Amino acid sequence: MERRPVEPPGAGLRYHKQRFMIVSSQAGIDETPLVARAREGDARAFGELVKQYEGKIFRLAQHVTQNREDAEDVLQETFMKAYEHLDQFQGNSKFYTWIVRIAVNQALMKLRRRKTDRSVSLDEAIDTGEDTLVREIAAWGENPEQRFSREELGGILDLAIQGLEPSYRSVFVLRDIDELSTEETADVLGLSVPAVKSRLLRARLQLREKLTRFFKRKGDDAFAYM
Amino acid sequence: MLTCKDFLHELSDYLDECIDPETRAKLERHISECPNCWVIADTTKKTIQIYKGMDPYPIPPDVEGRLMAALEKKMAEKRQ
Repeated sequence: MERRPVEPPGAGLRYHKQRFMIVSSQAGIDETPLVARAREGDARAFGELVKQYEGKIFRLAQHVTQNREDAEDVLQETFMKAYEHLDQFQGNSKFYTWIVRIAVNQALMKLRRRKTDRSVSLDEAIDTGEDTLVREIAAWGENPEQRFSREELGGILDLAIQGLEPSYRSVFVLRDIDELSTEETADVLGLSVPAVKSRLLRARLQLREKLTRFFKRKGDDAFAYM
Repeated sequence: MLTCKDFLHELSDYLDECIDPETRAKLERHISECPNCWVIADTTKKTIQIYKGMDPYPIPPDVEGRLMAALEKKMAEKRQ
């Protein structure tokens, strides 16, 4: 008979998180039984789900809010709400998509509360004219990632994302960093599929342009286009 | 004849590989003849790849501690 490890008294959720670390790091794990156990009140199962997704939710919250304190609040509020409303998760979508929807809503609420931020609505009119989409063109050098330290590269990528409008930023983060599908992104943000596609294209092109300033091949000058 | 604007309009679907073979062939013909659009496609593709490779942010221990303490409290309340 398999012996279960003895749980130290008072170890609570932190202990469960450590125990489940190996299982949760496996790629492609079917989380359905885990979610089912969590819904039945199994704290360990919920702890594993937290461990699995907290890093991604924290990154998402930082990208959307662009504020460290807000992101910490969003992280906590997201998992508190998820636990509170776990019985409302019907399993029609992936658990992560459900969590992301909560996190995005919390993050957008933070943005709306920030009086100084004047561009907080995802519904704001977006200029879809394409005449200003591309201003700079220059080929990138080989392996631009290797020209910078990990920290420098992270700083460059964060800085570029910060420069995007929130409505583009959210779409880009969900589609290209969290790798949600176009339909899932539309569902989470309450947008149409064409709106997601349009914002994603503009976000990608704007980021490409910002990164070109750092990664362009030596001697290649950027020039106007279109 | 595909223009550069037409190409840009289809760029995301092209990079996401969710485009019909006929349109794909037209786009590939265009970038083989248009160096500017080739650079845009190549650097946009690299932009997506570089962001996809970002690691999730590590949670600082104090933030982690607060999250866990709050959840434990919530769970204890639910059990009562």
